[in-house]
Amino acid sequence: MTTITLKVNGKDLSRDVEPQTLLVQFIRETLQLTGTHVGCDTAQCGACTVHVNGRAVKSCNMLAVQAQGAEVTTIEGLAAADGTLHPMQAAFNECHGLQCGFCTPGMVMSAVDLVTHHKCSNDEQVREGLEGNLCRCTGYQNIVKAVRTGAAAMK
Amino acid sequence: MNARQGFIGQSVKRREDTRFLTGKGQYTDDITLPGQTHGYFLRSPYAHATIKSLDTAAAAAAPGVVAILTGEHFKAVGGLPCGWLINSLDGTPMKEPKHPVLADGKVRYVGDRVALVVAETLEQAKAAAELIEVDYDELTPVIDAAQAKKIASSVHVEAPDNQCYHWGIGDKDGTEAAFKTAAHVTTLKFRNNRLVPNAMEPRAANASYSRADDNYTLYVSNQNPHVERLLMCAFVLGIPEHKMRVVAPDVGGGFGSKIYLYGEETALVVASKMVGRPVKWTCDRSEAFLSDAHGRDHDSLAELALDKDGNFLALRATTTANMGAYLSTFASCIPTILHATLLAGQYKTPKIWCEVTAVFTNTAPVDAYRGAGRPEATYLLERIVETAAHELKVDPAALRRRNFITTFPYATPVGLTYDTGDYEATLSRAIELAEVGGFAARKAASEAKGLKRGLGYSCYIEACGIAPSSVAGALGARAGLFEAGEVRVHPTGKVTIFTGSHSHGQGHETTFAQVVADRLGIPMEDVVIEHGDTSKVLFGMGTYGSRSLSVGGTAIVKAVDKVIAKGKKIAAHLLEAADGDIEFEGGVFKVAGTDKSVPFASVALTAYVPHNFPHDKLEPGLNENAFYDPSNFTYPAGTYICEVEIDPATGHTRVDRFTACDDFGNVVNPMIVEGQVHGGLAQGIGQAMMEHGVYDTESGQLLTGSYMDYTMPRADDFCHFTVETVKGTPCTHNPLGVKGCGEAGAIGSPPAVINAICDALGLKDMPMPATPHAVWQAIQNNR
Repeated sequence: MTTITLKVNGKDLSRDVEPQTLLVQFIRETLQLTGTHVGCDTAQCGACTVHVNGRAVKSCNMLAVQAQGAEVTTIEGLAAADGTLHPMQAAFNECHGLQCGFCTPGMVMSAVDLVTHHKCSNDEQVREGLEGNLCRCTGYQNIVKAVRTGAAAMK
Repeated sequence: MNARQGFIGQSVKRREDTRFLTGKGQYTDDITLPGQTHGYFLRSPYAHATIKSLDTAAAAAAPGVVAILTGEHFKAVGGLPCGWLINSLDGTPMKEPKHPVLADGKVRYVGDRVALVVAETLEQAKAAAELIEVDYDELTPVIDAAQAKKIASSVHVEAPDNQCYHWGIGDKDGTEAAFKTAAHVTTLKFRNNRLVPNAMEPRAANASYSRADDNYTLYVSNQNPHVERLLMCAFVLGIPEHKMRVVAPDVGGGFGSKIYLYGEETALVVASKMVGRPVKWTCDRSEAFLSDAHGRDHDSLAELALDKDGNFLALRATTTANMGAYLSTFASCIPTILHATLLAGQYKTPKIWCEVTAVFTNTAPVDAYRGAGRPEATYLLERIVETAAHELKVDPAALRRRNFITTFPYATPVGLTYDTGDYEATLSRAIELAEVGGFAARKAASEAKGLKRGLGYSCYIEACGIAPSSVAGALGARAGLFEAGEVRVHPTGKVTIFTGSHSHGQGHETTFAQVVADRLGIPMEDVVIEHGDTSKVLFGMGTYGSRSLSVGGTAIVKAVDKVIAKGKKIAAHLLEAADGDIEFEGGVFKVAGTDKSVPFASVALTAYVPHNFPHDKLEPGLNENAFYDPSNFTYPAGTYICEVEIDPATGHTRVDRFTACDDFGNVVNPMIVEGQVHGGLAQGIGQAMMEHGVYDTESGQLLTGSYMDYTMPRADDFCHFTVETVKGTPCTHNPLGVKGCGEAGAIGSPPAVINAICDALGLKDMPMPATPHAVWQAIQNNR
């Protein structure tokens, strides 16, 4: 067991973890933040995407101990404290960018990173930027629309 | 938006989004029950083997292990049932070998369930599973369905030649006679490729048993909790039905794969009583590849006979359908009732004969997957029609148009009666939207760049809104296919709807509220939709087969109308008028021709505080339910046009344009409908171009066992889809006039894509999936 200290959604915390615990397991099971999802076992679906020190990371592909000292934001930490949705979350609702909702937390976290750190001035760039996030329901079209709408609102 | 505007036809934003967008959804794996243990399944590494011995002693002694279950625990109970009896042409019933909960002396596909280990932690359960000693005697696997009857190995002793049934529909002699008079016959042989559903949420279950109450609770990622309960209790475990609560909470996609009663949750229920603690299981993705019911996997020969003017004289279809190792819940009806009955398509072909041989193989069970039989039928028909057009050097749209059904109702030669439709409307609108007129110029531009461009049509029709129970029963269904809805009006005039439909992405919490609020003339905020819990919802057959709005929605409408009828009587009493003089509009009951009125909320309160109340005529309260059995299927139809651009040097194929023009009848929420089409198109184009569930024919190992090898469609695989719903022809037999839209995209798109590729390359055929390698190879072969 190792003790890790980190900040999750703005809160400092300290927990004991086994060295082999994945960050996604730590988030879901230890912290009971179940908004981050597990959709595959080969780090390809992106449902587990969170932000670590401001960058999108597939939390299934990182050990919890590697998050020592980091600032982690999960989907639960995206909206404002008073519940006001982040512009990207609002855009997904506005544009019907989700159906079953399972890929959605990872998709939104990826989208926020994409828009913050990359060029998203056309659909092709958004599509390419999201190729690490699988969705089985929407066919991606409304997700692309949502990301561009969210990007505009985030400016 | 207020009640006076009406909610039907409005793209109301979804209320379920709030919890999904903020990480507050509650999917089955999110649930933690006090004292829960973790289950892990030991699965067969072989496609076909007898179990000579199974020793769990070492595993049982491993740290944290609470119990181990094997086939021994399930010998005395029933197998997982198949809900549809298909009879062969010789009158014999289909072969129905037992589908054991855990393997009973033999394993029949890689991934077949051998044992369930229950431990304090998942890691401990996995570690203990490795200590289970199984001595397998390998047998020759039967993998290729087309060869299954010839292979000297039997998946089941009951079916020595691996045939489950040999079924047929139509007019065999009449079809043969028509072929003899044909001026032209087009023949096509092809496979409809096996797919793995891959809902993004893997299957999961959490079963618990309360000794104090002698009842079970099962949380399960499922599309039809009442059916799940009925099948498990009555047909397998013999548990009294009223002592089990099944909850399908938030479910992350289903596409058919979560309809079925699986061995996993069944074993978990038994384990939870044995250990006296909840047992939780969540499928890994690679486990899901092995154990979720797969889709499609037909080998077909299609023949189309035409006269000299291009009129279709007859269609003959011969299909071998892979059932997999065991019959899954609906498996038998997919290649028969849901497939062959669609072979008339949009056309007035007078003679049709279809024969289907279903076979067992040592692969995962195959069952309904988005479209369930109709994509296979549409692929067969739309490929052969387009091929015929090219052979005859006739415009593919013109050939179709010439053969369109134009008078309704129309009784097809394969059992269905289409109530209404306008196939010309969707064809011409699609041609307009797809800018077919500019194709020649676009093709020239592509060629100037050294690229090939092609255009393909698909004029699909499908039968959904499943189903009239007596028709289904006559065709072999062992269940009814009605739907149930309950309207609970609360004293303050708020309304809770309990629906047997289940929402796992379809947005029912919003769309059903639209329907109810519209009909009751009350704000949408005053209506809440409850689904997925057998303790709350009266009954339901569940969501699949694009049936929720047409069947589930109609049940709700009928229940709402009962509420309105009772409300009128209460209002009549309050307004001192005759029952017959009361009108209801815009949420208000009023005496016709006067301005004496009382709002819905007042009538509701009166029902629950019945002081001034017609007790001689009515009971207090305002709570009505309805069960609705549809009188026919519904028949959405449309035209899809695909345009591809191919780089012949690499075989890389890009869908440059995709146009979908559908007639879904009346539309309640256009935004939701469009989203359903987008999703269906992605799955259909995925089937056509990249997805394929492949087993090694020698060993029976699943080669495409993870996202490393199974190509899932991604955002950058698609262009922007042009999707439009025409005003269309409302369904004639449900009050909302709706047809259902959930599967159309996956049904209509594959032939459009393959037709476009064949057009681009001048090929007669292109196998699915048309991967770059497959396309490149086809180009080489055609040189």
